Amino acid sequence: MSANASKGKIFLTDMTCRDGMHPMQHSLTPAQMAKIVGGLAEAGVPTIEVSHGDGLGGSSFQYGFAAASDREYLAAVAPVLGKSELSVLLLPGIGTKPDLEMAVEYGATVARIATHVTEADISEQHIQLSKKLGMRTVGFLMMSHMGSPEKIAEQGKLMESYGADVVYVTDSAGALIPDTVKARVSALRNAVSCAIGYHAHNNLGLAIGNSLAAIEEGATHIDGTLCGLGAGAGNAQTEILVAVLDKMGYETGVDLFKVMDVAEDVVTPLMLRPQIIDRAALTIGYAGVYSSFLLFAKRAAEKYGLEARDILLEVGRRGAVGGQEDLIVDVALQLARQKQAQNPEPAGVR
Amino acid sequence: MGKIKAAILGSGNIGTDLMYKLLRSPEIELSLLLGIVPESDGLARARDLGIETSHEGIQYLVDHPEKADIVFDATSAKAHVRHARTLSQLGKVAIDLTPAARGPFVVPSVNLDFQLSAHNVNLITCGGQATIPMVAAVNRVAPVEYAEIVATISSKSAGPGTRQNIDEFTHTTARGLVEVGGAARGKAIIILNPADPPIMMRDTVYCRVQECDEAAITDSVKRMVEAVQSYVPGYRLKAGPLFEKDQFGWKVTIMVEVTGAGDYLPSYAGNLDIMTAAAVAVGEKFARHIREKQKEVANVG
Repeated sequence: MSANASKGKIFLTDMTCRDGMHPMQHSLTPAQMAKIVGGLAEAGVPTIEVSHGDGLGGSSFQYGFAAASDREYLAAVAPVLGKSELSVLLLPGIGTKPDLEMAVEYGATVARIATHVTEADISEQHIQLSKKLGMRTVGFLMMSHMGSPEKIAEQGKLMESYGADVVYVTDSAGALIPDTVKARVSALRNAVSCAIGYHAHNNLGLAIGNSLAAIEEGATHIDGTLCGLGAGAGNAQTEILVAVLDKMGYETGVDLFKVMDVAEDVVTPLMLRPQIIDRAALTIGYAGVYSSFLLFAKRAAEKYGLEARDILLEVGRRGAVGGQEDLIVDVALQLARQKQAQNPEPAGVR
Repeated sequence: MGKIKAAILGSGNIGTDLMYKLLRSPEIELSLLLGIVPESDGLARARDLGIETSHEGIQYLVDHPEKADIVFDATSAKAHVRHARTLSQLGKVAIDLTPAARGPFVVPSVNLDFQLSAHNVNLITCGGQATIPMVAAVNRVAPVEYAEIVATISSKSAGPGTRQNIDEFTHTTARGLVEVGGAARGKAIIILNPADPPIMMRDTVYCRVQECDEAAITDSVKRMVEAVQSYVPGYRLKAGPLFEKDQFGWKVTIMVEVTGAGDYLPSYAGNLDIMTAAAVAVGEKFARHIREKQKEVANVG
């Protein structure tokens, strides 16, 4: 596409059918996923991730029940993968080893094993199993903004020692800025010999910019979603990544026009709301809170007569990590009690 | 007749915390702390307290079987599989704090009475001890179709055993929700939170029910919280029960928090405290049972 001399290859993973499940409240059907995945494969996206938003086994009261089982989703997309690789996400503590074995049966060849940035050692068994199953294995250090560059280097090294082929700086809160992305990617680059990836959220409007900052420091694996569909303000927009990387002279192997057509013709009509940076999403990036807390905080705010922003700030102050969606209701109840104690209006007077 | 003698296998965090709790027991005399690391802090503390120790592990008990009737195993799942066989041959009651799950599951506030015929009982997991009573409390009022629990513990209180075997936690806890809690299906999630200062152990319990007498469920939950508090003083209802209806039925949400007694580990390690406290409750029940049997034998004689 581009006339520029190649600066090298960037390996894109599209997660519309995984991170995109958060804003869809896990309601995508297997048929809808097959249509999206078919389009992505046709456009030449090398790796396509399919799972519940919280990974295999994520369908729950805690995170929301998906419209179908992991098995049904994987079975639906398997026939339309073409040359693309199928990736699944697994968070130890939520998903388990049998989930990974099941995914392999349905043709998954990439496993991304995700832990909080300081807890890499809970991924040892899952990374080892994934390697044993012959999968390309990615270690995913979530909430990377909560770990110093030194911490990321140390934890990335652990994941590499278990067998990870790629280690990701995962900005789950969309709280990093280009300088803090660079510091983390470069610390990791000096610590490990495996490939490095970066996963962005757009809560501060920096998803594309931060991805470029990561590439500048040596990251070669980058995540995106069509239309940016993802938790919080969403992710780096796959079709934009393809266009920008092409203009910069990087090879992605993805057909820009085909991928932008899948985004607009297939994904846009399915979206429940526009993927924008509203004040709650901006608060998530600013306060450094897990992006998928967005809709949970909005629902709790509505239910208990609060501002989503206040809930998110308090959850952030308590040092919540990914997966603690239950803390949102707990915090909302406490804030509602405090509010009532300060302002004991009789019900119905407002 | 006096106290029943007991030994602890394992001188790590759990074994050492359990030691302090057993020293206060009116039913049990802690006679031995057995480890395998001679320089372990737990063994040193036991010696300072005048408790007999050995770093030969279970072999010491094999050589001196008269020194304990009840054995608490606070080693690892792998080691317990081996220990279980030896303890059974020695005719000892084994109270298993590892996730080995050889014997039937026991949660003192729920099914303590049904386990006295067993010679090896298992305490499931910390998350199981904290949440199964809540599931059972709902289930005795409204049948639970599906129970799901989320245990959040401080990173500092999760030892290498838990970390390397995190799947065992989820599998064993989910089984306990069904086998002891009474739910038709179960799912468990565990989250480690590294915040400093460390967070208290918090657990959220979700139950799917069809009939929902809110007052009856609330009352049952409160009574169960009191029952757990009788052996885990730091157990507390944080929120709920909350009731929400959707197209599939009612969702009952209960949140609890466990503050540790601070015997060996600080109070944030409520997850360890609830295991050792449950172990003491189970051990004392067995101790009373053994004493009664001894009395019967004495009377017959």
